[in-house]
Amino acid sequence: MKIVLQNLTKVFPSRNKKAGEEVIAVNDFTFEIPDGKLIGLLGPSGCGKSTTLYMISGLQKPTGGKIFFGDDDVTELSAENRGVGLVFQNYALYPHMTVKQNILFPLQNLRGADKLSKEEMLERALYAARLVQIDNLMDRKPSELSGGQQQRVAIARALVKMPKVLLLDEPLSNLDARLRLQTREEIRRIQKETGITTIFVTHDQEEAMSISDLIVVMKLGVVQQIGQPQEVYDDPQNLFVAKFLGTPPINVFDGKVEGGRLYIGDAAVLDVPGVADQEVTVGIRPEGFVPDENGPLVCRLNSVEVMGRDVSVVSSHPAAQTPAIRSIINADCKVNSGETVSYTLKPHKVLLFSKTDESRIYFEVK
Amino acid sequence: MVESKHKWKAWLYLAPAIVLLLIFTVWPIINTVRMSLLEGYNSMSAVGGATYSFGIGNFKQVLEYNYFLQCLGNTMLLCVLTVPLSTILALLIAVCLNAIKPLQRLLQTIFFLPYVTNSIAIGMVFAAMFNMVGSAFGGENEIIITAGIINNVIEFFGGHAVNWINAGSSYAANVVVMVVYIVWNALPFKILILLGGLQSINRQYYDAARVDGTSRRRVFTRITVPLLSPMLAYVVITGFIGGFKEYSSIVGIFGEDMGPAGAPGRLNTMVGFIYDSLSTQQGRASAAALILFGIIFVVTMINLYVSKKKTHY
Repeated sequence: MKIVLQNLTKVFPSRNKKAGEEVIAVNDFTFEIPDGKLIGLLGPSGCGKSTTLYMISGLQKPTGGKIFFGDDDVTELSAENRGVGLVFQNYALYPHMTVKQNILFPLQNLRGADKLSKEEMLERALYAARLVQIDNLMDRKPSELSGGQQQRVAIARALVKMPKVLLLDEPLSNLDARLRLQTREEIRRIQKETGITTIFVTHDQEEAMSISDLIVVMKLGVVQQIGQPQEVYDDPQNLFVAKFLGTPPINVFDGKVEGGRLYIGDAAVLDVPGVADQEVTVGIRPEGFVPDENGPLVCRLNSVEVMGRDVSVVSSHPAAQTPAIRSIINADCKVNSGETVSYTLKPHKVLLFSKTDESRIYFEVK
Repeated sequence: MVESKHKWKAWLYLAPAIVLLLIFTVWPIINTVRMSLLEGYNSMSAVGGATYSFGIGNFKQVLEYNYFLQCLGNTMLLCVLTVPLSTILALLIAVCLNAIKPLQRLLQTIFFLPYVTNSIAIGMVFAAMFNMVGSAFGGENEIIITAGIINNVIEFFGGHAVNWINAGSSYAANVVVMVVYIVWNALPFKILILLGGLQSINRQYYDAARVDGTSRRRVFTRITVPLLSPMLAYVVITGFIGGFKEYSSIVGIFGEDMGPAGAPGRLNTMVGFIYDSLSTQQGRASAAALILFGIIFVVTMINLYVSKKKTHY
């Protein structure tokens, strides 16, 4: 089922009536989430991604705008009647019930025409449990489960009523690094198997990029960019998105454009045809550096970290906005262990942004 | 080992408490057991050098004594009536209090007021509320001069005034008054505990239940009550213990006669019986005290057993 958000806005009134001002958690969010896709809502904490999720679930009421499930306007529908599955950040499994009882609970709530017989309920619960591979833990209490197992139970509980929409709030944040990798693949698999439109919230860009069909990058309640992960990474619309996506993060320099050439410091590092003369912010992806003895961008070499397949070169440059510039280069390329390292730049890995509003300045890549 | 080196220091720090406990708790318990086993023990004659035979005569005497059995019955009856009633009421009030946002603090304070008020004072107010000054009842010529607020209300709604606590009142009416008073008196503590428990329940369970489409009733029975069960068990256990020690509430309403005029002792309780026996028949009092201890012990064990089966942490 597709989900349509129309000018969705949420304003939290100020807590202190005299001094505080109201907080706009989500500002005019319009987006159509296509049916059966996995969507990642991505942004730093406080960007309104969880609020958006809770508005879709019905637990929070939007201040303005509308939400549609398919063609039905559900804006006024309470959470009880929306039929969404929601997995909470800390799972919110009922501690006094066994895994089985937890999974059965949503089914036992069904009334009227949807009411199921005991056998049907058990069957559905077992199906959901098998889907997340916890069917051998059915008689345990949540306190007897590991974090990853609790996570699965929470997903099974959300899936068992066959929701039209599955919502996951920071689903991986309570898991350790290895389990996180494993679980995110699991979420992807389950989503593919069930074909349920799934929205998940995360502040971890790697997590969002790795499993989402589409990512939505948010900042301070405002949607910055929506697109396929690779597309957003390659073609960010502003400096915030460029900085937020990618590990190691993008390297940012102060630069200027003069006569169609980009200068970082005094060196002309790249031809940027079609850009008017101005001061710019230059973002260069770590993989955009090519070591070249005669390269125009000369940096002071700090250290070389060998990571096997790649080499990470840490250097510094007076025009850089961060003390360390991190480039990832192929291990085959030799980096001289001298005082300095010189680079030429891959044009499509160099992104220019306006100094005034941080928006992207496009140039023609030859 | 470092610990054993400093053991004497630990004992030294504990000493004041241990000494006080030995003098005022442990020794009295031992002495009570001793006195209960000395048949017909009386401290006055004991000072005079009288000796007593050793045996269970005191217990036998107490258990065959009708007045004691009446006191036991009263205590049991009040316990059985007031503990469940006050717990259920406290739960409902706590849930309601927890659900309202405005004035919650104020209401919480109001509901807690009885707890900080002297129970004798409350008893006197209740006695005044249920009071009825006038002549005896039933006859046609008799005129009620003044009735307490409860009877005023009953008459306002067209009912007939009831003799709650005055001379000639029925046992049932007395018990009703006692139950109302004890429940009202017991509510604040229970509300406080249950409200605290409610507020410590993670809101996300309720959010999860809402998303799962749970009805309000099911949320209450399947989520709130189970998650509150440790507090409920605590409240019930302390309620029973307090209930078996009921005494001052009776004094508050009926005075030291422990019953309406003309029927003294009708509502006396176990503690009342022990207290009455204390001045002259310490042997009997000790035996009754130990019986009371035994009953509380057994009831608490049953409570703990049940709550272990029914609570979830």
